[in-house]
Order: sequence, then structure tokens, then C-alpha cells
Amino acid sequence: MSKQSITVKIARGQVEGSYESFTVPYDEDQTILDLLTYIQRNIDATLSYRFACRVGMCGSCAMRVNGKPRWTCRTLVRKALSNEELVLEPLSNMKVVKDLVVDMEEFFDKWQAAKGRFEPEETPATEFFPIKPDDKKRMQVDDAIECINCGCCYAACDVVASNPEYLGPAALNRSWSLINDEKDSAQIERLKAVSGEGGCQNCHTNSQCVARCPLQLNPTRSIAGLKKAVSVATLKGKI
Amino acid sequence: MSDRLEFKLWLAHRLTGMLLGVFVVIHLVGMIIAIQGGLSSAEILSRTQNNYILGIYYCLFTIAAAMHSSIGLRTVTREVFGWKGRITSSVLFCLFLGQSIVGISAIVGLVL
Repeated sequence: MSKQSITVKIARGQVEGSYESFTVPYDEDQTILDLLTYIQRNIDATLSYRFACRVGMCGSCAMRVNGKPRWTCRTLVRKALSNEELVLEPLSNMKVVKDLVVDMEEFFDKWQAAKGRFEPEETPATEFFPIKPDDKKRMQVDDAIECINCGCCYAACDVVASNPEYLGPAALNRSWSLINDEKDSAQIERLKAVSGEGGCQNCHTNSQCVARCPLQLNPTRSIAGLKKAVSVATLKGKI
Repeated sequence: MSDRLEFKLWLAHRLTGMLLGVFVVIHLVGMIIAIQGGLSSAEILSRTQNNYILGIYYCLFTIAAAMHSSIGLRTVTREVFGWKGRITSSVLFCLFLGQSIVGISAIVGLVL
């Protein structure tokens, strides 16, 4: 591409539909994050966006790029262009703080609601829990434990959009990784937590979370595992 | 209302769906075999009258279909229209009862 500059449309403020366009120098290997940094340093210092690691480890730079949730640090401008257009918006399904920054409090509250926190035994363990790499339960969560909570799946989920009570793919994925943790002592409580009003049964298996996960993880499979685990526990009368 | 009512209804929906899959196959195979000897009222009644196994089978079929459709419609009304109140659930429970009563009374007419 021989372009010297590119125009990017960015959501501003808190009001949906409020955009501002910026023209910035175009570079072949430029990421969306590079582009935002250029705007903030050279054109408009009031532009708000999040980032931390810049190398795809923290997930804090997630936003909608041409309508799709993506990490801006790992997205090249030339690959994200659609009909020569580039539109940047905050993640869906979360309240906007300002410009491209969203309030993730509800997202993490749902993690807690899904018991996404490790619960140790009340007394210190007296023996080691040997977990072999080829253990069936361990292998089931090979993907799930890699999640870094960027919120892309949550923003892409149409069930979250239509049912705000739904815990969402990230929280349920986290819960699934703990359900398979031999060391955890709150399995019954967790199974109850993921099968309440906004529980795993709400998932439509549309797999938008799978399509949009920057790490190519599979929250839909984790949720299917939860559905099966809760069903078996319910039928056996354990919960 | 039980906190886990939604999951239990979801599970009932899935289990009745599985049962219906089996029931429909048996029903279709049974129909294909049954019509070989003719399809008159007398022919049908001669097979169904006093056939209590067939009666129980179709009663279970009817209840599974009534449960599956009522729970499915309840989910649709909740997700599409946002009707989450007790009135909607009550109306759909009446639909379940209505379907069951109508279906079972038809079976009783064939078997007894």
C-alpha cells in the first residue's frame, strides 16, 4: 500500500454515535495502538484509551475495531481495514467511561458471582495433590486457564447484550477451570453459582466468544462442560 | 421460586428433547409397519384397543411433547419479549396441562 496517511473515526465522550475523525501518517507495520498513541501525543491529548503491556499479555487495550472486539496492540492497521475505513469504538456490553475506555466493574463482579476465585480448604493441605499433565480433568482446562480477562468474548456475546444478568463467557470459562481443580474446596457452591438465573444454561452456543477470542480459546466448550457438570450433579441430587 | 428453577427447566427441556427424538423414531417406524395391513378405523382400533403398552408409550410421548413445547415457548417469551413474570409462566403451565389433557384423552379413546 502506498498511502501516506489514513483517516480513523474514533468514538468520543460517553454518548453513543458521537465520533471524531483524525488523519494520521500511515505506516505499513503500524498497529492500532501505535495509531492511537500518535493521535494522543500529536493531535489530541484528551483522547482516552487503555493499554499496558503492548505485547498481547495484559489484554487491557481491547476495543472494537471496525465493529469487532480486538486487542489493538496485536492488530495491524492494514489487516483491520475494511473498505479503506477504520472505526474504533469502546467494547460493547459495558458502560463507557470516556472515549475508548469502559467500566469493567460489572465484568469482574460477574467473575465473583460465578465463584471465579480459588477456594482453598479451611485447614492447610497435609499432602500434595499430584496433577499429571495427561490427567483428564487437567487436559479439559488446557485452554481455559490461558484466559487473561480482556473482555473481548464478553463484548462479542449476544446473550450478554440481550440478558444483562447472564454471567458471560469469561466468568463461566474461569469457573470451568476451577471446577476441574483438584485443590479447590467449593465445587458444590460453584456449581450452584453457575446455574442460577444468569447461569450457563443461558448460552445459545453461538460461539461468538470463540470467534472473537484473541487467544483462540473456546469458552463455548467450557460452558458446555459446565452444563454437563451441573446436569449430572442435579440429577444425582448433589445440588 | 427456586433460585435454580431456570436450570432445572433447561435440563427438563433437554431431557424431553432427547426422549422425543427416540419417541418420534419409534412412532414413525410403528406407523410404517402398521399401515401395511390397511388404514381403516376398524384396523387402527383393532390394534390399539386394550393395548396398554401402546397407551403408556403415547401418554409419555404426549407429556414429553407438552413439557418440551411449553418450556421452549417460555424461554422464547423471556428472551425475545422479556416477559419474565409469573403470569407468563402460569399461562404456559396451563398450556402444558391443556396439551397433556387433550393428548391423553385422545389416547384413552383409542385404548379403552
